[in-house]
Order: sequence, then C-alpha cells, then structure tokens
Amino acid sequence: MPTKRRVKNWTVLTLAFTSGFIIMSIELLGGRVLAPYFGSSIYVWGSIITVFMVALSFGYLIGGHLSLKSPRLSKYGLFFVAAAITAVPTILFGDAMMDWVFLRFEDPRYGSLLAAMLLFFVPTAILGMIAPYSVRLLVEETHHSGRVAGGLYFISTLGSALGTLLTSFYFVLLFEINEILVTMVIALACCFLIAMIVDRKVGTTVETEVETEVETEVGAK
Amino acid sequence: MMIAPYIKLVFAFTLLLTSTLSYGDKVVHREKSLYQNIVISEEAGKRCLVFSVKRQQRNQTCIDINDPSHIVFPYVRMTFAGLLVNPKPSRGLMIGMGGGTISSVLTSIYPDLTLDLVEVDQAVVNVATDYFGFKKTDQIDVHVTDGRVFARRALSRKEQYDLIILDAFTGEYIPEHLMTVEFLENIKRLLAPGGVVIANTFSGSSLYHHESATYSAVFGPLFNLKMRGTGNRVIVASAADLPDTETLMANAEMLQPDFERYKIDLQKYVPRMNRDPDWETDKRLLTDQYAPANLLRDR
Repeated sequence: MPTKRRVKNWTVLTLAFTSGFIIMSIELLGGRVLAPYFGSSIYVWGSIITVFMVALSFGYLIGGHLSLKSPRLSKYGLFFVAAAITAVPTILFGDAMMDWVFLRFEDPRYGSLLAAMLLFFVPTAILGMIAPYSVRLLVEETHHSGRVAGGLYFISTLGSALGTLLTSFYFVLLFEINEILVTMVIALACCFLIAMIVDRKVGTTVETEVETEVETEVGAK
Repeated sequence: MMIAPYIKLVFAFTLLLTSTLSYGDKVVHREKSLYQNIVISEEAGKRCLVFSVKRQQRNQTCIDINDPSHIVFPYVRMTFAGLLVNPKPSRGLMIGMGGGTISSVLTSIYPDLTLDLVEVDQAVVNVATDYFGFKKTDQIDVHVTDGRVFARRALSRKEQYDLIILDAFTGEYIPEHLMTVEFLENIKRLLAPGGVVIANTFSGSSLYHHESATYSAVFGPLFNLKMRGTGNRVIVASAADLPDTETLMANAEMLQPDFERYKIDLQKYVPRMNRDPDWETDKRLLTDQYAPANLLRDR
C-alpha cells in the first residue's frame, strides 16, 4: 500500500512539475507570438502576464471545486489532455486570430490584450486547475495539508523556473516557436497517458479515507 | 573582517562612478524612458545620444555642436548611399529615429519629400527635438509606435514608399521582430516600383550572416556597403533590379552638389557597394518563428 501511495505521489509531483514548466514556457513564447502583430513593447508583456494571471486564478478556483468530487488520478489526467487539445487552435489558427484582432483594434494595447486572451486564456486556465487538484490528490491528513501544498508549490514553481530558463536561453535558439509549442502539446498528452496508466496500476483507494475528513473540514468553515 | 565587504562596496562604487564619467566629459541630460536609459553627453565639441551606458560607450548619434550640419558618424553618412539606387524619392518611411539627423538632411535636400518617421520611444523624439535640433516640419509625420505595427497598418492602408530606411537597432538590443523574413516581406510590399530599402546594421558577429541571408532571401541581390573604421554596414535593397555601376556613378555625380555641405562624398561609396555575398549563405534565416537575434549576436 505505501509503495502504491508513493508511486501515486511521485506521479502527481512529476506531472505538476511538468505543468509548471509548460505554463511558463508558453507564456514566454506568447511574447514572441504577439510581437509580429502588436510589437514587443512593454504593454504586450503587460497583456500576456495579465491574461496568464487571470487565467490561472480562475483555473485555481475551478480546479479546487472539481477536486471536491471523488478525486482520482485518471480525472487529473484529463486536465492535461484538455490543455493539450485547447492549445492546438492557438498553434493552428493563431495568426488568423491575431489578424482578425489587428484589423479591428487600432490601439495595440487592447489588441494585444484581446489577442492574448483568445490565444492563451483557455489552455492556461486548464493548466491552472492542476495545482489545487494536485494538492487534493496528495493530502492524506488535514494537518499535513500546508506542508503538502508547500511541497507542491515548490515543485511546480521550480518547474516554471526551469521552463522559463530553458525556453528563453536555449529553445528559441534551437527551434521554431511552433516546434516548441507542439512539443509542449505532446508532453501534455504524455502526462495524460502517464496519469491513466498509473491510475490503472495503483488505483485510487488511498483517497477514500481522506475524502470524508476534508469534506467535514470544508463543511465546518 | 567586518570591514572587508564595505571596502568592496566602496571600491565597486568608485569603479562605477569612474566608468560612468569616462564615457563623456559632461552629461547634459539623463533620462530613463520606457525602453532604455537615455544619456546626452558633450565632449570635445560633440553632443552625443547614448543608449544604455553601463558596459561600454555606445554612441547612437552625435552632432557637432558648432556645425550641426556636419554628420559625425560614418555609418550615418553611409545611409545616404541608398539614394544612388533611387535618387529622387518622393515618399519616405523611416523606422527608428535616432537623433533625427537623417530625416533632417533628407527633408532639406528633398523639399518635396514627405516622410513618415516611426519611433517606438517618445523620449527619443523629445531628446531629438530638445538636444539635436530635430524640427518637425510639414514634410515629416512622427508616429510614436512600434515599427512592425506601423508597417502592418501601412500595408492594410495600401501605402507605398519609394524610400524606406530601417534604423531601429541600438547597440544594446535588437528588436527581433524587425529582423525577420515576414517583416521584410511586409516592407517589400510597401515599396513603390523603383523604391529602395536602406538598413543600417552591424557587421562582425554571427548575426551578420543570418541577417544578410534573411535580407537576400526577401530582396534577392543586395548592395552591401562597408567602410573602413566602422563596425556598421549598410544594406541597400530594391524592389526592382539593382542598377549597374555606371548608373550609380551618374546618380552620385548628380546628387553630389546637394550633399557637399554635409561633407558626404557619395562617389566614394560607389566602388564599395558590394553585390557579391561575403556572408555564409547557408545560415538559417530569421523568421517570426525563429528570431533569436540578440542571442546570435553574442556568439
């Protein structure tokens, strides 16, 4: 039983790390994607960071709610595949969308804000759901929840740092933007598969005892 | 033991102070803009615009205080070599303003020329006006916006220019989205028949090869102008076929009287306008998908 739990925990941490990595990698590439249409001025970065922050905050909210109802690793995997699928239009139709926005918005500030919204909001919000759901999958006892959340943020934010560094220092020098984005989509799909396989192998029995505990906790507040 | 860090600090501070003082005798004006640090310094009768001065002196543009018509930098003079391809421009677009020197010369030589001057940084427009004698005339429209955004808008308005000057690169940072195949395609489509594109860039890093290959992929054959004593080079490209040397020489002779008072010797440039690629032609092109210009420059 403890081994199964360990496998599950490491799986969650690895996937959370990957999602942190991918979020920041995409955010950095966002600046590149928008520059041909809206320039690379400070407001373009302002638009991108705003959109990512708002998307993540809604993701956290929704992910937290979704974690209430019989959480399991296979459902967790669905976030990854959903993020992968919703990122595909960004790659395929990004230029068409930015063209559309460019022709309708004279001011590049609002143009870049709307374009960043269209291109990145949905996949980023879905990636944001992963963090609270991860906490739910990892927490076994209520009084450990702070430590578990701390460890999770540690791992996923380190992932973000590494995603930022590798993308800006090396990936852009070696690959095209779309090559990097497609790789991210494939990585997300792999995360989905890993979650499904591990779920099949170790099951989700570890969760049951916790569920009641946490729900009473929530109910008490 | 406790004092050691302070000594280091004082030492570092002194170093910083002396290094900032050494680049110019007198700092006349200092300003942090949205995009860069702008410093105006005066030294030996010259007034210079410097962007970001931390590591080394990088004068963007200088004027002779006593004789503002004298263009101090050779690469600025070299820009006018592009006129040998199209000696009578009527509508110009200039991306990147610097001290405004080039636009002032152009509008005084060509009284019928109208010029769209695009500069991303309002602070640069301000210092050009306050310190470098830039005057906005009826001939010049100043647009404070990103060059790429302006070019795209101009294309959707179906604008045509017979003179386009790309001069948006400071010594510190290259706007990477202004050095891609897609951007240059946009520029090419803005060119009127017989129009000329002049780009003021650098030689001497691996970026040189990538950039040259990118320009030639879009425009075909180029003139590549390099002069001794400057790390800059000027690319001259045209929508039409490049003129032969006789035509260049004839244009130089025709234009020379106008340029005499700026001490620009156009004829001197003709033999140095090289048609043969001296770059590695197999280098990867810069595109919107692949544009690590600043990383390539440091290689």
